[in-house]
Amino acid sequence: MRYLQIIKIAYRALKRNKMRSSLTMLGIVIGVGAVIAMVGIGQGAKKMVDAQIASLGDNLLTIFPGSHTAGGVHAGAGTVTRLTEDDAKAIIQSCPTVSKISPVVRTNAQVVAGNLNWGTQIQGYSPDFVDIRSWSVSSGTFFTEQDVRGATKVCVVGQTVVDNLFPDQDPVGQIIRIKKLPFRVIGVMAKKGQTAFGQDQDDIILVPYSTAQKKLIGVSFVNSIIASAVDRTQINLAEDQITQLLRQRHKIPLGEEDDFTVRSQLDIASVAGSTSQVMTILLAAIASVSLIVGGIGIMNIMLVSVTERTREIGIRMAVGAKGNDILTQFLVESIVLSLFGGIIGILLGVISSKIISGVLSWPIYISPPAVALAFFFSGFVGIFFGFYPARKASLLDPIEALRYE
Amino acid sequence: MDKLINTDNLTKIYRLGDFEIHALRGINLSIAKTEFVAIMGPSGSGKSTLMNILGCLDRPTEGSYFLDGENISGFDRNSLARIRNRKIGFVFQTFNLLSRTTALENVELPMLYNGSAPKNRDEKARKALSLVGLEGRENHYPNQLSGGQQQRVAIARALVNDPAIILADEPTGNLDTRTSIEVMEIFQSLNEKGITVILITHEKDIAAYAKRNIGFRDGRIVKDEIVNSPQKAKEVLLSLPPMEDEEIV
Repeated sequence: MRYLQIIKIAYRALKRNKMRSSLTMLGIVIGVGAVIAMVGIGQGAKKMVDAQIASLGDNLLTIFPGSHTAGGVHAGAGTVTRLTEDDAKAIIQSCPTVSKISPVVRTNAQVVAGNLNWGTQIQGYSPDFVDIRSWSVSSGTFFTEQDVRGATKVCVVGQTVVDNLFPDQDPVGQIIRIKKLPFRVIGVMAKKGQTAFGQDQDDIILVPYSTAQKKLIGVSFVNSIIASAVDRTQINLAEDQITQLLRQRHKIPLGEEDDFTVRSQLDIASVAGSTSQVMTILLAAIASVSLIVGGIGIMNIMLVSVTERTREIGIRMAVGAKGNDILTQFLVESIVLSLFGGIIGILLGVISSKIISGVLSWPIYISPPAVALAFFFSGFVGIFFGFYPARKASLLDPIEALRYE
Repeated sequence: MDKLINTDNLTKIYRLGDFEIHALRGINLSIAKTEFVAIMGPSGSGKSTLMNILGCLDRPTEGSYFLDGENISGFDRNSLARIRNRKIGFVFQTFNLLSRTTALENVELPMLYNGSAPKNRDEKARKALSLVGLEGRENHYPNQLSGGQQQRVAIARALVNDPAIILADEPTGNLDTRTSIEVMEIFQSLNEKGITVILITHEKDIAAYAKRNIGFRDGRIVKDEIVNSPQKAKEVLLSLPPMEDEEIV
């Protein structure tokens, strides 16, 4: 029937009480705006974490040494230093699903260049590092297999190290003293920024792992091993192959625990992904509370409106309005209120997300389905909270309603 | 004569806790088409209850009510609403116009509930307003109109759906003498056009314009008589001294 007419009547009734209507709408505006902004922030965080994990190389496998157990005491990961360079070589040779491999040797040192010094992490890798971590040099070159074999004293530095040791000059070709030994800088890594956990990835000096082992630390083991699976889909298979091989190499009898751990980027990604998922849901849930409060505001005002307009309802009924006509009229009013509020709320949410992302340099992702959902949800709030008052109006007795002062 | 309204032992009992209030005690009433009936009685005599039942706003506790041959007493709320919309026009003592709504829109109101096309609505509403002498006031709001004009808007609203009956509950209660007679003149002319008018009043001189007077007391009809020569409102108006225009514009 004449829906346009009903919407017109509703619009006019709302316009009659501009202040009241806009305050009621404000509840929905804030609710929807909060949902949009919160979900935007949550989704943005998820995207950021995903992107960072992908930037680590998304078919990355890491092999950590296991824990040392003596008399029932587990000493924690890394306490057994049984991973060696040979383990790494064996893996690349006998695991067809592994395409790249690099041992990891770590130490911290105070490094000196000219009259500047800087405390940073020294990490030893093989040249495969560039491919495994999908991280390339921005100037100069990375060290080669030859450098590894000869344990040469060359290094590639991260941007933070460059900023601190070579503020105004090209570091390539310069000398850095690490533990009193002179290292020639042959390259600078591209800027990578912080990890999802706030660690500066550019505060690093990369050297051949053999150099780190022999010249800087004096050990024969490696801290861990990183590897690339040939393909993302092969990660689980690669994990199995590595596990089998290492058990064999470390002569671990059947039934004994591994003395190492293989972890894939996939595991970390799924953990991080579900963490940010939980955060998004939590934020949305908190924001939804304000939407519900907004809905209660609508119900409250509609109840006042029904009472106030009892006489009008009586007149309409006397001239032939059916219960349903009255119900529709009030329901449409509350839906118009909440949908208007929803639209303004979406705009407000998008704008405030943009502002938040600008101010906090935090990525915001406004997903169209979330916007659509917020819109329909606000309509639903209108129906849900408008129904009771509307029904109350439709059940009024026309005689009583006409007599109402 | 064709009977438009027929009631058979119409009874209405209100229950307030343990009390029973007998508002109507077995009313048998017949009203024919084209009649102009004034129902009189002191307050609490049950005349308003009768009006509500005749107007399909309320249902009798017992007895039956035939309107145009249909037994209305068993109808549900929606069917009663439809009957009100198509066959009955109400005029109230307090006018009961929607405030902040123009005269034209007030008159259009009944047509909103029977699916008339907007163009048709506008046309009929304008015609009804001109019939009660309010041409040119279509876009005035109730608070811009005098009491008499407001009541005329209400009458226009009552007749816009071409009802069979106009039910007027103390239509002149809030009006001065002259305006009251003007309103009675409109009722008389509508009655001449074939619309049955039923009027509740407690003023004898208003009842004098009707063709039939029914007296009510304690839920019973105590008097029912034909008025031999009803007063003609038109003539009375001419005999009155001319008045200053009381319109507020």
